[in-house]
Amino acid sequence: MLLKHDIEFTLNGVTKRLTVDVTMNALDLLRDVVGLTGTKYGCGEGECGACTIRVDGETRNSCLMFAVDFDGRDIVTIEGLAADPKADALRESFVEHGAVQCGFCTPGMVMQASHILDAHPDADAETIKRGLEGNLCRCTGYKKIVDAVESACCGGR
Amino acid sequence: MTGLERYAAPQSLDEALGILQQGEVTILAGGTDLMPQTKAGRIAFKPTLMNIGRVAGLKGVTLDGGHLRIAALTTISELLRDPLVAQHAPVLAEACDHFASDQIRNAGTLGGNINNASPAGDTLVPLIVLDAEVELASKPNGSVSTRRMPLAEFFTGPGRTKRAGNELLTAVRIPLPKPGHVARFYKFGTRPALDISTISIGIAGIKRDGALTDTRVAFGAVAPTPVRAPRTEAALEGRRLDSDAIEAAAGAARDEVNPIDDVRASAWYRKELIHNMTKRMLDHVAQA
Repeated sequence: MLLKHDIEFTLNGVTKRLTVDVTMNALDLLRDVVGLTGTKYGCGEGECGACTIRVDGETRNSCLMFAVDFDGRDIVTIEGLAADPKADALRESFVEHGAVQCGFCTPGMVMQASHILDAHPDADAETIKRGLEGNLCRCTGYKKIVDAVESACCGGR
Repeated sequence: MTGLERYAAPQSLDEALGILQQGEVTILAGGTDLMPQTKAGRIAFKPTLMNIGRVAGLKGVTLDGGHLRIAALTTISELLRDPLVAQHAPVLAEACDHFASDQIRNAGTLGGNINNASPAGDTLVPLIVLDAEVELASKPNGSVSTRRMPLAEFFTGPGRTKRAGNELLTAVRIPLPKPGHVARFYKFGTRPALDISTISIGIAGIKRDGALTDTRVAFGAVAPTPVRAPRTEAALEGRRLDSDAIEAAAGAARDEVNPIDDVRASAWYRKELIHNMTKRMLDHVAQA
């Protein structure tokens, strides 16, 4: 028997009321229950960052979070960021710099990059690399990703 | 599938302690250890899962008399940017900077890192050399009572501590450093981010006239728990930090630890790391 609990939270600006299995992780809730599949399952243990989301403004690995802990919180996923005009520069910069290859790490990279830029609007390459240390990419070798974030951060300086 | 019967998210310490008093409880804070451990079957849920994330008053860093008091739900990210920690316990902030990744630091709490009781827990070695003590609250007879214990005595094995089933770890207290206090932390891993320590070393003491007193040395990932190193401390205590004293202490450190072979390193390599890095850290302390 699975123990269930009712939760209410804000998802990309919209209030959601759901009943969840208390042992379910937040990534499964987003992908399998809500149907938002932009957030990716990479490793399932917090090593790769593909499942990065914003929880009350801070980035977290959704695979390490209990879905029931969404209760009362403000959640933003890559779908929410995609609809946010403030993220236009970042998204365009990823395209311009060719920072996307297979694309699997990209939602997590963009979510974490947006968090870095909020905390450090003038971030240099070193700060960006430290900030992205919890996000793995197996295609690009990171240079184009770091270039994209650096360029977006200073409005393409 | 699981033995879970109840989920609770108390809002007050009183309520949380009441739930702990009623029976077997698995405590959820940041979840970064509990989620993968329960998913992999390394930890089984007890009948009650209690999420303490909404308990009021369990967050933040304050000065409490002669102590720095860090409430249990303070996250690693919050420690990293806290001005009181930077001023009074910079070695703890340094350890937090080597901790996992930004996403995990934003979720993981100090109380969680302590209660997870990993021999390689990143905050444990620096806290031990800072003489930190844990504050444990319970409500055995209807009223809240608190006890304190040195962190160095808190661990009994991997994942095991002296916290009783009805207790909640509410805070960590660190005595404010005396004049001349020095503290150093070193973590060895194969990459800076998201790596579990191969070994870690903490050294602290009062440095005066080129010698250390009140010497504290602790090691991580060389025993079933993080450990103090009394023979290494004795080799240093009150002695001028010249090359003979440093070599004697590094040798004592190598002889004193008893690590295992595992996927991260062989026991031999760990002992060599302990020797060489203890020596390097003491050289830095001597020159500082």
